[in-house]
Amino acid sequence: MTALLQLSNLRVRREGNIVLDIESLAVKRGEVLAIVGPNGAGKSTLFLVLARLLKADQGQVLFNGRPANSIPDLEYRRQIALVLQEPLLMDMSVYENAAIGLKFRGSSKVQIAKRVNHWLHRLCVAHLSQRPARKLSGGEAQRVSLARAFVLEPDLLLLDEPFSSLDAPTRIRLLEDLKSVLTETKMTTIFITHDLQEALKLATRVAVMLNGRIEQSGIPQNVFDEPINERVAGFLGK
Amino acid sequence: MIFDSEIPQITLLSLRVSSVATAISLLIGLPLGTLLALGKFPGRSFLLSLINTGMALPPVVVGLAVAMTLWRSGALGDMRLIYTPTAIIIAQTVIAAPVVTGLTVAALQQLNPRLKLQLYGLGASRAQMILSLWREARLPLLAAVMAGFGSVISEVGASMMVGGNIRGQTRVLTTAIVLETSKGEFEQAIALSVLLLTITFLINWALTWIQQRGKE
Repeated sequence: MTALLQLSNLRVRREGNIVLDIESLAVKRGEVLAIVGPNGAGKSTLFLVLARLLKADQGQVLFNGRPANSIPDLEYRRQIALVLQEPLLMDMSVYENAAIGLKFRGSSKVQIAKRVNHWLHRLCVAHLSQRPARKLSGGEAQRVSLARAFVLEPDLLLLDEPFSSLDAPTRIRLLEDLKSVLTETKMTTIFITHDLQEALKLATRVAVMLNGRIEQSGIPQNVFDEPINERVAGFLGK
Repeated sequence: MIFDSEIPQITLLSLRVSSVATAISLLIGLPLGTLLALGKFPGRSFLLSLINTGMALPPVVVGLAVAMTLWRSGALGDMRLIYTPTAIIIAQTVIAAPVVTGLTVAALQQLNPRLKLQLYGLGASRAQMILSLWREARLPLLAAVMAGFGSVISEVGASMMVGGNIRGQTRVLTTAIVLETSKGEFEQAIALSVLLLTITFLINWALTWIQQRGKE
């Protein structure tokens, strides 16, 4: 598998302090990389940099083999899709919410209908299609938020703690469904989470992030079984 | 004495100047309020303070400033706008624009700040992101329009000072009410007041209906 995304010497400073310092990180096509770490580890900063919503102070990002800074912001963002912790649905119907990204891209109505119906069905919310998004439960709303991202069929899917605001039974069901969709589509995904069980369930590779640095990365079970140092062991509860 | 035959003309002029002033205020206030709500630039807090102060500008103070500007010896005196409906529109715009701007800022700031990031993350251009936020804040934005219109249809000081209450030319409902009251023609003043209130109510009722559609 070739790398879709490659980061090298990436640094972000805030008020004089280095909050993100990534020497090297590659994300291969089709893999689901979970970035795990405690609160304040720099996961969200990395997420914002990857989404091109925050500029790094130094370093290089290669996307599809091209330096990301040579790609205009809009063109870059239209190759990715974000799912955040809160579903952040607009005050419109479920269908219109799922269609919004394609509308931004000027897709035809026929293409929008085809993709939206497919993904609403795939995420088990097709029956809610005409319902106002504000009347959904938390789990339903997050499913619509995921459908809204999958509809775009992006090169890179960025998930920022998408299950953290859900209750346990809803989270478990959604995690199962998302796992199945990601296995089926082989969509390259970066999944930010502080929940080790979620990472273990969903990811094909995990990277442990502490104090802005990637301390260890590898196959989830290996990382959990053999932490590379005391800091990682401490975070993993070993 | 105001004759019945004059009332339609006075009413239409009131509606015209206040509607045009509100529309211009919207054209100024919506983009400026959006810039203040979403942007980060030096002087933003100062500008916000100015806008918030402007929301409570006394109409007579606005009338004085606009009159001095449009007066023959004023900066725009050559344009000969004093005592014309255009002068009233200018004064009313100065009154309504800070109201619309300030309430636009409030409307956009009550949205989840991460919504902007989410929209960008779904591939929205800057214009698409702003249009989406306006759509999302459409109820409070419509309230901003109502407040802006309400602030000018009911003001009298500025209209009197820059319009002059000239019969058949710049007499609007509020200045006509003042005139009738000053002459002791209370019945006429009450009738005009009821007319003004009815018009204001009907316009706000229509806007509220648009605002609340689908919310029940």
